[in-house]
Amino acid sequence: MKKIALIALASLTLLGGLLLGAKMVQIKGSDTMVNLVQILAEEYMGKNPGAPIAVLGGGSGTGITGLINQTCDIANTSREWKPKEIDQAWEKGVTPRNFVVAVDGLSIVVNEKNPVEQLTMAQVGAMYRGEIKNWKAVSEFQKPVSLYGRQSNSGTYVFMQEFVLGNKNYSTDMKEMNGNAQIIEGIIQDEGAVGYVGVGYLYDETHHVRKGLKVVKISKEPGGTGYVPTDKAAVDSGSYPIARPLYMSTNGKPKGVAAEFLQWIVGPEGQAVVEREGFFAVGEGKYKAANDKNFK
Amino acid sequence: MTKRRRDVQEAAIRAFFFTCGILAVLVLLGIFLTLVATSFPAFRQIKLSEFFLSTQWDPTSPEKAEYGLLSMIASTLMVTAGALILAVPIGIGVAAYLSDVAHWRVREVLKPVIEILAGIPSVVVGFLGIVLFGPAIAKVFHVGNGLNALNGSILLAVMALPTIISISEDSLNAVPRAYSEASLALGASRWQTLVRVKLPAGLSGIIAAVMLGMGRAIGETMTVLMATGNARSFPHGFLTAVRTMTANVAIELGEVPYDTTHYYALFAIGLVLFVMTFAVNLVADVVLHKYQEREQ
Repeated sequence: MKKIALIALASLTLLGGLLLGAKMVQIKGSDTMVNLVQILAEEYMGKNPGAPIAVLGGGSGTGITGLINQTCDIANTSREWKPKEIDQAWEKGVTPRNFVVAVDGLSIVVNEKNPVEQLTMAQVGAMYRGEIKNWKAVSEFQKPVSLYGRQSNSGTYVFMQEFVLGNKNYSTDMKEMNGNAQIIEGIIQDEGAVGYVGVGYLYDETHHVRKGLKVVKISKEPGGTGYVPTDKAAVDSGSYPIARPLYMSTNGKPKGVAAEFLQWIVGPEGQAVVEREGFFAVGEGKYKAANDKNFK
Repeated sequence: MTKRRRDVQEAAIRAFFFTCGILAVLVLLGIFLTLVATSFPAFRQIKLSEFFLSTQWDPTSPEKAEYGLLSMIASTLMVTAGALILAVPIGIGVAAYLSDVAHWRVREVLKPVIEILAGIPSVVVGFLGIVLFGPAIAKVFHVGNGLNALNGSILLAVMALPTIISISEDSLNAVPRAYSEASLALGASRWQTLVRVKLPAGLSGIIAAVMLGMGRAIGETMTVLMATGNARSFPHGFLTAVRTMTANVAIELGEVPYDTTHYYALFAIGLVLFVMTFAVNLVADVVLHKYQEREQ
């Protein structure tokens, strides 16, 4: 009897310790970032056992709602917070701090059978507003444009709408897919397709651009030089027109495991993982300065 | 055991079963009242005429938030109608085969198999829509992709079939033997007996089966969300992407800020769906009762 009681006591203490001591860091949000942050978390946990981190997708909007309602510790967002969301956060006593953890070249992708090589920002916007309905308006390709996009809870959806569509409505004919991966699958099958995805989703396991896809060069002005989002120099210099920072947001100054994890991500080891996964490092410029301020 | 004690026991058991019975009614009533209460505030901002007659739904639009449900009502009805066109002939055919043609050994195997079909999770059916039916539809109809209303209809037909088959078969079996014996004795062939005697005699049960299958199809969410492409436009045909009411609620509820017009509007969609499925189930129930009464 005594022995059993001892074992029971020991296992209870162990269980209690697990429940109390190792609080799980919950991360939720951007679908564009979910794979990247998952891999970052795995590498980090491999080096720091006893720092459990759970990463979920759902879209930037879902992550932001999660941080406001305090159902997660960190929100991944591929867009900036809207003023309305910041107001809601303040009302609930949540003070968001945003850390730039990577830079994404938002990629405009077509089927490989499509001969189009380069588009202007204005042309992409017109397609997604539903004003250009056939590829012949921008190339020698005779095929209806088949639009692929994300759903309204996606940060990428909102970013595109602001920066490429000029804050106008999306065409209601756009197919609204659950995530970047579904957009890629759709484009590979559909010859008339155009879609937008985070640059990290262009690659297969061997870090080559996936078969069946073509990444379109984007120029700011008609007749201007076009750049692809896979070109690090073009994204860093701002020549690629639709690059954007990817954020991780915390409630107030990050503490404990969350703080150490964020420090590791923006440090050399984390940034090496970011580059390996196809996104771009934060670099030494304004993003780093803003991050340093937010850690204090 | 004294009589008194037994009486108390009896009363307690009675009360227990009464509570169980009344619970279902209370839950239904609770859901209905919650839906009404939460959808009501939506109509402080949205005109009823806009909600039911406008085809534009874009609550997160940067231009002007729009709350027109008509496109989604049309999409839901279209996908459901398509499913019934596919499922009703097949369902009745299978039911007739099972009740009148099949060898009893075949029936013993077939019936449980069909009932297992009803237990397949909807997310699995949706997955089949993406990887199997989608590419097949794209190939057969020479369209860019198979994420459209037809795909949704096929999948919903698959999901409605077990209900339709099972209840239709029961109703054919319930037709008194004397009917078919009389028919055969008059020199009618088995085909004539089946089509002109048994099917009309079991018609009310078959209609009820179809209505129940329809109720299932209208309310299904995951499958259509995955397989229909979710474009917000008014449906142009079975080969274009559509968004049903259920899919829209699933897409938007995850990110919508609480207590906003958009939030209430999603509950209003839920109310419309509730009323539709309730009406369909009610009709099915009335028809089914009529036929049971006549049998007695």
